[in-house]
Amino acid sequence: MPWPIDALPYPFELGFMQRALVAGVVVGVFAPMIGTFVVQKRMSLIGDGIGHLAFAGVGAGLVAGVSPIWAALVVAIAGALGIEWLRSRRSASGDLALALFFYSGIAAGVVLVSLAGGFGASILTFLFGQPLTVNDQEIATIVGLGAVIVAAMLALRRGLFAVVTDEDWSRVAGLPVGLLNTVLAVIVAASVVAAMRIVGLLLVAAIMVLPVASGQLLARSFRGTLWWSVAIGVASVIAGLAASRLWGLAPGGTIVLIAAGVFVVVALVKRATIPKLQAEGAGL
Amino acid sequence: MTASEVLAEATPATLIEASGVSFSYGRQQVLEDVDLRVRAGEFVALVGPNGSGKSTLLRVLLGSLAPTSGSVRLFGEPPSRFADRARVGYVPQRPVLDSEVPATVEEIVTAGRLARRGWWRPLQREDHVQVGHALASVGLAELAKRPLNELSGGQQQRAFIARAFAGEPDLLVLDEPIAGVDAESQRRFRDSLTHLIEEHGAGVLLVSHELSAVAQDLDRVVVLKRRIVFDGPAAQLAASGVSLGVHPEDLPLWLEELG
Repeated sequence: MPWPIDALPYPFELGFMQRALVAGVVVGVFAPMIGTFVVQKRMSLIGDGIGHLAFAGVGAGLVAGVSPIWAALVVAIAGALGIEWLRSRRSASGDLALALFFYSGIAAGVVLVSLAGGFGASILTFLFGQPLTVNDQEIATIVGLGAVIVAAMLALRRGLFAVVTDEDWSRVAGLPVGLLNTVLAVIVAASVVAAMRIVGLLLVAAIMVLPVASGQLLARSFRGTLWWSVAIGVASVIAGLAASRLWGLAPGGTIVLIAAGVFVVVALVKRATIPKLQAEGAGL
Repeated sequence: MTASEVLAEATPATLIEASGVSFSYGRQQVLEDVDLRVRAGEFVALVGPNGSGKSTLLRVLLGSLAPTSGSVRLFGEPPSRFADRARVGYVPQRPVLDSEVPATVEEIVTAGRLARRGWWRPLQREDHVQVGHALASVGLAELAKRPLNELSGGQQQRAFIARAFAGEPDLLVLDEPIAGVDAESQRRFRDSLTHLIEEHGAGVLLVSHELSAVAQDLDRVVVLKRRIVFDGPAAQLAASGVSLGVHPEDLPLWLEELG
């Protein structure tokens, strides 16, 4: 693709900023979208656990000499299925299942990366994200995975909503609870890998969950929460990239800090307005 | 037409049936030789003290647990092979009330249509109509757009009953649905159940300690204490000197009286 596109103003007038913007906005859409379901399922940390596993995948890819992104995707999906399997059999609590995978994943990643020649700059881009250096091929991967994730979420949203809201009821109602949980786990894994070049594996869960934390305060419905979360996710990415350019900050961390800042502001405003809303409600 | 065929036609269909069902968790026997049947148009209450096996029996009846011995039939089929799940409406004991993400009453009730029309299909006009009916039947039409967690306990419970209604069930199974809810919600609850039974010929199996709101409408009361210790008309149970609106802690006492 011929970068830069002339129409965009500062700070997005340069090719590398525009590539970061495209990839980042895609992540800003799909990560909070899936995050809404994950938060409702009370598995907010699953993205973190899978992120750690994906790091083992990156290491395995480097050792084997194959693409770290695709190796990370394979390991992340296998790990997501493992976590879901443990959770559904209740042989470990959701937390404990995550912890098992967390630590095994990061440990395997450290060992594999050291085998592959140690922690160079390229490893840091996977851990902490670096949207300013994404190339066209990586953008194609992120956009492709993002499109599949968004299409799957929109197609399955009603079934997923029923399952994450009330799993026991869904089972009695004959919904394919196991299948939907498995699909959700696979989508989370795909999201983690698709987002890792932008915010990094250590912060990938944040871009899934933090916009939802704000969205659920602003909205009064599940659907509303989903769209608020997407809007806040996209806004955080755009503002984060702009701030990183203006002040020379690490973009991945800046995006997440802005998402966290939005939550603080929303929570404070909500707190200040609740007594007023309650007074209005009492008058109805 | 033979005499047995005539009889079969006159008798309402059996919706759910347990025959000689026993169940054990390890060495602990929870259910012993339980026989239970609910027919179309019947309103049956299942009562018993805490730990009497009510919840286990429900899980066995709905196919979540397999009996150690005996058999269960849902609409004539073993629960594991019963595919037409929309015919069973279920109101669980402790639905998710402290939802992380806000969900409106309408969103929760709309989920009740999934089993009926296929969970992957988009909503049709008919689905919206049925959701509207379900909301109206429990008196929540005006609160449809409100987040569930802003509603009172009784209103929340009615939303979960509406979710079950939205699937147009032939059999409604409710697990402790009116524990601790206000009188207005209890009245609405009674009206909506009798409507489902009288207008749609559905069968209802209600597990509850609080039967006073519906005592006049019950066809049968079944008392479970690991095994069935009473199965008969409510009046017969009342005639035995036992009040139906008892406190859970009183139940063992009146079960003693039943012998």
